[in-house]
Amino acid sequence: MSVPAAQHHAPPTGFIRKHVFSLDHKVIGKQYYGLALVAAYIGMGLSWLMRFHLAWNSTAIPGLQFLSASGAPGGVMTPEYYLQLMTMHGTIMVFFVLTTAPFAAFGNYFLPIQVGAEDMPFPHFNMMSFWVTFVAFLVLMSSFFVGDGPTLGGWTQYAPLNAIGSVGGPGQGMGVVLWATSIALFCVGQLLGALNFISTTLDLRVKGLSLMRLPLSAWSWFITSCIGLTAFAVLMPACILVILDHVAGTSFFVASGLVMNDQVLPHSGGSTLLWQHLFWFFGHPEVYIAIVPSMGIVSHILLANMRKPMLSQRVLIYSMGALAVLSYMVYGHHMFVSGMNPFSSLAFSFPTLVITIPSTIIVLIWTFSLYGSKLRINSASLFSLGFISMFVSGGVSGFFLAQPSIDIMLHATYFVVGHFHLVMGVAAMFGIFAGTYFWFPKMTGRMMNETLGRVHFWLSFVGAYCIFMPFHYLGMVGNIRRYSTFTDDFLQPLIPVHRFITIAAFVTGFAQLIFLYNLFHSRFWGKPAPDNPWEATSLEWSTATPPPFDNFGGKHPIVYHDPYQYGVKSSVGDYVMQTSPEQVETEFEEK
Amino acid sequence: MARFFAITIVVIAVLSAIPILRHTWVAPEDISTHGALIDEQMSETMAEAGISFLAAQFILAFFVWKFSNTAPDAKIKKFPGGAKGLVIGALLVVGVEVMALGIFGVKAWANVYLDAPSANAMPVQVQAGQFAFYFRYPGPDGKFGGLHPELINEGSQNIFGLDPEHDVDARDDIVAAEMAIPVNKEIHLLMHAKDVGHSFFVRELRVQQDFVPGLDVSLHFTATKIGKYEIVCTQLCGLGHYNMKAYLEVMSQEDFDKWLKQQAGQ
Repeated sequence: MSVPAAQHHAPPTGFIRKHVFSLDHKVIGKQYYGLALVAAYIGMGLSWLMRFHLAWNSTAIPGLQFLSASGAPGGVMTPEYYLQLMTMHGTIMVFFVLTTAPFAAFGNYFLPIQVGAEDMPFPHFNMMSFWVTFVAFLVLMSSFFVGDGPTLGGWTQYAPLNAIGSVGGPGQGMGVVLWATSIALFCVGQLLGALNFISTTLDLRVKGLSLMRLPLSAWSWFITSCIGLTAFAVLMPACILVILDHVAGTSFFVASGLVMNDQVLPHSGGSTLLWQHLFWFFGHPEVYIAIVPSMGIVSHILLANMRKPMLSQRVLIYSMGALAVLSYMVYGHHMFVSGMNPFSSLAFSFPTLVITIPSTIIVLIWTFSLYGSKLRINSASLFSLGFISMFVSGGVSGFFLAQPSIDIMLHATYFVVGHFHLVMGVAAMFGIFAGTYFWFPKMTGRMMNETLGRVHFWLSFVGAYCIFMPFHYLGMVGNIRRYSTFTDDFLQPLIPVHRFITIAAFVTGFAQLIFLYNLFHSRFWGKPAPDNPWEATSLEWSTATPPPFDNFGGKHPIVYHDPYQYGVKSSVGDYVMQTSPEQVETEFEEK
Repeated sequence: MARFFAITIVVIAVLSAIPILRHTWVAPEDISTHGALIDEQMSETMAEAGISFLAAQFILAFFVWKFSNTAPDAKIKKFPGGAKGLVIGALLVVGVEVMALGIFGVKAWANVYLDAPSANAMPVQVQAGQFAFYFRYPGPDGKFGGLHPELINEGSQNIFGLDPEHDVDARDDIVAAEMAIPVNKEIHLLMHAKDVGHSFFVRELRVQQDFVPGLDVSLHFTATKIGKYEIVCTQLCGLGHYNMKAYLEVMSQEDFDKWLKQQAGQ
């Protein structure tokens, strides 16, 4: 397999070309990581404010009035401000953290290296992909400071509330336009990224690197790009239609005869359910865009720490592929009680139930690969094992939400919030953390502090369970989500549970500050890292730390082995690197 | 550290299961004719999901416990049977499990959504708007008057936009801020959204359905127990969403007739 010359570009010389508008996939990967990091802490800060308000809704939060005098007079949040913060929390986390970090950040940095390439095939598109995403983030953030604040419609932005303008409430005018602009731009960024990822995987693999010899992380980024290419291509036009409903007098999502403040709205002919179909056609695949990269990352890390190959790499890849294909057929389970044809609910229910089969196979492959392994425990492997536990816990609640009859009771309750936070929020975050502890030495040339890493793990693992398990119980009682205050007779007795969750959220959030400290401290003062600290086999560990500009110092590596040849006897130890021509005896057949 | 991890996930799994087994947090008692099937479906799913959850966490814990701290010269081992057995097992066990849940669940869903309401079901219209529900009964003529959005005027209490001057059917329509229904009588609920999306959720009735602006939807149910229950909005509809609620009073037929007469007189 020859490497096309199109990817070659000269090493940068000036500061701007080197660090700002860089064409180097590694710099772009770090830029994405930095953006996700900033976004994650803003998103977490917003969740702290929300959690505090839910637990003690009439107590002032000192200083909050300076963030928004009208949204939090005297430091006490108004109901609309709660919803605005909630919307921003969801949007920031789903788009700018869960999509950006495991896929765009790690994928950008490591996919070209894992395939042995010098860069992505379209470096200018790659640079544009990051900067468009960055502008998207600024546009979203600007809504805090414009007019009456950000939109309050939730990250799902249901119609027609998202299309009728400021008559719908604070933030429903300019706030929605900024939200939709931001997300449309974000989609452009991700589409450009997906094109690069797909062509890198298919066209730039070095000699000897067949598809089945790709590491599982590379496979997960490739599969995610394929999902993203279709999902973001649907969300982007949907956002443009919302903007048109605001600025061009169209009525894509607003039906005739709606009345606000005793006035008939000047719209006609639109469909409110159309938005839900377009949104969830993106929205459910988005769950897999968030979680599949973490599946690959965690597999990659676990194998290096189990010191043995995967029980079946092929089955795992096919199962991730099955998730990707099925993800488009299940989106209607978000709409069981939306008013769509009730027969459709049944049609969407079965694929949703079927998707548990590849998910189960993936969990079984991970778990039973542990059998007979020589498990090494470190921060990266702990977060990977924690990922499996969280993925199982969040996944089993999918059994309930896949069934329309049960959804009657659980829809729009905290059960749903608990489900998706565990399965795509916490699990994906654990994948990000595992990836950070594992690849930080390669990216920076320094090791992270292991003790702080383990403290971070234990507080996050136990803390996340203390937050999100009770969410399921609240949902079973019927605790409705997206309420700023619990005034209903049946919700008030649940407030002590909310207080417990809030305290757990503060402790878990504190653990993330330890991580932040570890990240920055290790970046400058961490122990220098060797080229291959984990005795791992894939291509990123066969190059210098940190990798040179062209990744392999002017050479094209040749691949001789499948990606996880652990548990063998070689001249370097119990593993043989993909690039080593050394022949070793193994019970695990080469691909 | 590995063994501590194994113990932790076992403890977390057991602690998570205790409130479920003790029924600490459960939905209130069902007061509908269709709810028993939903509750049954919920219990069966809980049993299957619960067993899967505990089994997966315990196996993970066991392997982490057993295969960490191994001697440096220990040889790695393949899982006997390999991946094939696991894949076939997952296909059979999970496949049969989820298909069974799906197929048995159809009946519970069909009761509410696929079967038509009976001919003598009592029609009640509910209109949702920011941030209140209003209810309309057709009056002695059994017919609802037409809706005219341009006539809606909350100041003059024309909540639904009725035109009694020109529309005979609308003259005897009864509008109320609370919903009352007779016990053991099938209700055909006609749902109309005035402005944006809302939802109608009564936990005890095992009913939740979104209002779709521009598209009137309906559902039917029969309440079996006299009492007062909360109707809440579950679809984010704006700043007052958290406070959008009304009460459902299930009454004896006699009390309902009195209530309706009283409402008509207002």
